[in-house]
Amino acid sequence: MSCVEQMKYKLYLERTSFKDAREYIEKNSEEVYYVDPGYKIFKDYYIIGVPPVAMGVRGKEMLFTYVKPCHGTFVMGIDSEEEIARLRENEGEKIKKSLKKGGPKEKAEATPASFGDMWKK
Amino acid sequence: MTEGKKALLVMGCPEVPVQTSMVIYLAHKLDKAGYDVTVAGTDAAVKLVKTADPENHYIKKTADVDQLIGEIVEQKIDFDISFAFMHSDAGMTYGATFSAISKARPYAIVFGKNAEALAASIDYPAEKIVAKATHNPNPLKNKIDKVVL
Repeated sequence: MSCVEQMKYKLYLERTSFKDAREYIEKNSEEVYYVDPGYKIFKDYYIIGVPPVAMGVRGKEMLFTYVKPCHGTFVMGIDSEEEIARLRENEGEKIKKSLKKGGPKEKAEATPASFGDMWKK
Repeated sequence: MTEGKKALLVMGCPEVPVQTSMVIYLAHKLDKAGYDVTVAGTDAAVKLVKTADPENHYIKKTADVDQLIGEIVEQKIDFDISFAFMHSDAGMTYGATFSAISKARPYAIVFGKNAEALAASIDYPAEKIVAKATHNPNPLKNKIDKVVL
């Protein structure tokens, strides 16, 4: 059992598809960040998902997908200013890297309009 | 030459009967081809294959699927080839995760009553092996036999 299940969490969607969970986060968050599968949160949970994986911020709460093989995908919310700061920092690092590689054009490519556009590339 | 190469079999939820049978079959086939095989899954899925093979003739190494994801991300282990068994959206999501984090050549083994629709939803890089099999393993076995190892 992951440490996430032992924390104080809220469930916003249960036993759904990963696509529906991602759309929920995209529509119901004040800020949305995209991470790769395997992104580590809290002590020992590595995010499982179809890339790019959406993570949301709503006030002090971080929204993320949690997948169980026999139960489907859940959207969980946990208050964590520390994890939210890491998400923002991670996004900043991605932009810095893309600027180093090829300037503002690549920066624009790092933030596509939709998931579909991103995955086509 | 496959000597010394590592293969990973990722099991989905074990509720569809053909999975356990085909995992044991493919593990044996890969072992005969010279692969070092690890079978990963939930606690229940691992118990099913281990109980069916009490002397470890076919299943030599097992792993908890979530712990293994952490080990691959932390670059403690990786594989040359991986087969993700799936019959649900959650299984497909695990397959996508392994495809993204591992350097292994990925295969998606899609089965169950919604196999074709599930296979159509796979949009990550993987070679698909698809059969509408739930109780009878032969349609899936025939497709797996066509994979060149």
